[in-house]
Amino acid sequence: MEKYKVVVIGGGPAGLAAALESFKILDDKKVLIIERDKFLGGILNQCIHPGFGLHYFKEELTGPEYAHRFVEQVVENRIEYLTETHVIDITPEKEIVAVNKKGLKRIKADAIVLAMGCRERTRGAIITPGTRPAGIFTAGQAQRLINIEGYRIGKKAVIVGSGDIGLIMARRLTLEGIEVKAVVEIMPYSTGLRRNIVQCLDDFGIPLLLSHKVVKIHGKYRVEGVTIAKVDSQLQEIPATERFIECDTVLFSVGLIPENELSKKAGIVLDIKTGGPVVDNTFSTSQKGIFACGNVLHVHDLVDNVTLEAQIAGRYAAIYSQHPELFENNIHVNIVAKEGIRYVVPQKLNKNFVQPFVLRFRVDNFYKDAIVTVSNAGKVLVEYKKSILTPGEMESIEISQKILSQLDFSNDIVVSLQNI
Amino acid sequence: MSRIYDVTVIGAGIVGMSILRELTRYRLNVCCLEKMEDVAEGASKANSAIVHAGYDPIEGTKKARFNVEGNNIFADICNELDVEYKMVGSLVVAFDDYEINVLEELLQRGKRNGVKGLEIKSQEWVFENEPNLSRNIKAALFAPYSGITNPYKLTVALFENAVQNGADIIFSFEVCKIEKDGDYFVVHSADSRFIKTRVLINCAGVYADEISKLAGAKLFKIYPRRGQYYILDKPDKMPVTRVIFQVPTEKGKGILVAPTVDGNVLIGPNSEYIDDKDDTATTQKGLDEVFEKAKKVLPSLSKRDVITTFSGIRATPDNHDFIIEEDENVENFINVAGIESPGLTSSVAIGRYIAEKVSSKLNAKRNLNFNPYREDIKRFLKLSDEERVRMIKLYPSFGNIVCRCELVSEYEILEAIKRGARTIDGIKRRTRAGMGRCQGGFCLPRVIGILSRELKIDKTKITKFGKNSYILTEKRWEE
Repeated sequence: MEKYKVVVIGGGPAGLAAALESFKILDDKKVLIIERDKFLGGILNQCIHPGFGLHYFKEELTGPEYAHRFVEQVVENRIEYLTETHVIDITPEKEIVAVNKKGLKRIKADAIVLAMGCRERTRGAIITPGTRPAGIFTAGQAQRLINIEGYRIGKKAVIVGSGDIGLIMARRLTLEGIEVKAVVEIMPYSTGLRRNIVQCLDDFGIPLLLSHKVVKIHGKYRVEGVTIAKVDSQLQEIPATERFIECDTVLFSVGLIPENELSKKAGIVLDIKTGGPVVDNTFSTSQKGIFACGNVLHVHDLVDNVTLEAQIAGRYAAIYSQHPELFENNIHVNIVAKEGIRYVVPQKLNKNFVQPFVLRFRVDNFYKDAIVTVSNAGKVLVEYKKSILTPGEMESIEISQKILSQLDFSNDIVVSLQNI
Repeated sequence: MSRIYDVTVIGAGIVGMSILRELTRYRLNVCCLEKMEDVAEGASKANSAIVHAGYDPIEGTKKARFNVEGNNIFADICNELDVEYKMVGSLVVAFDDYEINVLEELLQRGKRNGVKGLEIKSQEWVFENEPNLSRNIKAALFAPYSGITNPYKLTVALFENAVQNGADIIFSFEVCKIEKDGDYFVVHSADSRFIKTRVLINCAGVYADEISKLAGAKLFKIYPRRGQYYILDKPDKMPVTRVIFQVPTEKGKGILVAPTVDGNVLIGPNSEYIDDKDDTATTQKGLDEVFEKAKKVLPSLSKRDVITTFSGIRATPDNHDFIIEEDENVENFINVAGIESPGLTSSVAIGRYIAEKVSSKLNAKRNLNFNPYREDIKRFLKLSDEERVRMIKLYPSFGNIVCRCELVSEYEILEAIKRGARTIDGIKRRTRAGMGRCQGGFCLPRVIGILSRELKIDKTKITKFGKNSYILTEKRWEE
């Protein structure tokens, strides 16, 4: 069986950053990246629009450019990687079974970093009635078919979902000569960034229909149209508001789900809210020596944050591979999401590693003028005000050394939100 | 084009394919005409996938006879054709005294139909054996010989085995005219092809009434009756291990909750008469009805687990029994129509019955070369690691995973194409690529690529299920 210090599963932005960071720290440079696609870079390869790297590189890059900066370093450092290789099993003992055209590989890792990313929710998952003709895509499928393979996927489209991906695809389709009839959003607000609403919809005159849903898809062989309707505050269809829109293409961009099928096989505890593993501030999962980062952990809106998080996971994975004893007798303080907060990551603070970290979280609704507080044993450790908070935008708070020094370790750390 | 056959079947659904395969047991020139580009494009691809025990149909009906006969031989057929079949048993659950009386009726009817092993089980037994079911259930009728299978895979398997044994099949052949020329029927397609045949068997499903009319045979009416379903993601632990029915009404067997042979959970169907025979749309109302009724039996059901919804159409005849008979006035024209539930269970028995009738009518000899066995495509997901290693050595494409949810390898897709898959749905039904929780999110572009490469046609010519179901509309640049 082949042996590595750190094996990273997934060669997207999270996996690349984690591998590079592990590699930097390790004396024995046995690091391996396993990627199921043909190329490293993950889904960034199909995101040819700009807007990546503003925080991390302080410049605006496209997805492939952003990925390339990391791929380059992987290649320069001669970090080992396998492409077109699919991991089919991980055990709690950190044995990996991977398969490719050459055969089946069994690999023993001292530490593993999970960086498998996420998948898209589908038309079926959100239970959209109607027929099942050709012409129904997820945004990611469309992106791959258009940007990488070079095909047009229709003439007239309706996009369901106004998160950043939906908005960006509205612009992308338009630039490809596909008429986007509307972007339909069930919520009363878009979860996309303001700048994307302006640059992707307003600049092209594409209507954004808030509080609307597709109530029926029409067409026998190819999509012939959709019926949309207004919804009330309970997201229920309002009678007699139905309207038919003729189109031959429907694009669903209705959310992402972390891909944790392998994590389950390794017996890792998952967080129902994030869909990803429960981790502590070392990004260690419930299985010792298995770490997680990127969209497999929780869905991010900026790749820059993925990189930062993955670097920490990679660093601790390397430390674990050299000094697993440091992770013995882990004692954790729970970090708990309360009023107004949907989830927090990490969900725990490891007492063996009381070091500053960034707490990332999402709120559970749209809020105007609210205060977010982090408290412990009834004492507010940190608070900040914000004029607008939306579930679509990930929030973060730095937990500094100063804050950590005030902690009462026998009590939970609580994150909550209050309207002003 | 003009070919001459002894027997021709119209319609490549499970009944048509069953008859076709059984006919190849005899030395006959046989053929099937199918209007779509693949088999199982109608009711055979969208139903409950249940092998019924036979306590539902009224005694003396064709439904009762073929259901019980079909159930008896189902395991053997699936064994020969390498198709999944699990005899998981079924429960009809009753919520009150009235429904318990119905269970008693079903039990007696089942006994009269010759169904073995039926028993009414107590509430305690139900909770012990199916602990996730509603605590409001008072009793249940247990049928140990009910089972689950894969209806479209069985149709594909019957098709492959029939072709292996010499049958012809002509796709995209939409029958529009039937004439008589001496001893032969001349069957014309919408695009001016025709074939000649001595015996013509009508297995046109929901369109069987129209075919019968074209042949100048008996006039009857098929009413399309739609049922809507949900498929749930593969759970870590199955919430039910048997097929759970509710007490039937005059509209049918009602909403069921069942495991599938692939490890998903299936719930449905409701029942509604519709106007359009092809209207396989789902509706909010229908889906809501199905979910609420299913939740009554299994309270833990969650919409979060839904991966897709679909609807299927039953071919309900106006006489409420299968129509299986040679026409009184048109000799050698046989209607096999109105095969609604328990049609899947009955299909293999109907196939045998018809093949025996037709072969004796034509004085056909036994085909001594008939081979009843067909092997399914080797599935990566189902093999042990040792077997996987061996397969990859032989076929490196077996190590290239295309569909990550269902672990479908490129080899499986290539094999499906070799065996006749031409469309995305054809690949999906034969291999499960695209049937998992991401519903083709990752593998659709790859499957398009493989189909285009293997069939040597441009990607823009690849369809979801034939005709105008194109996925890509225009090529913008060379890759």
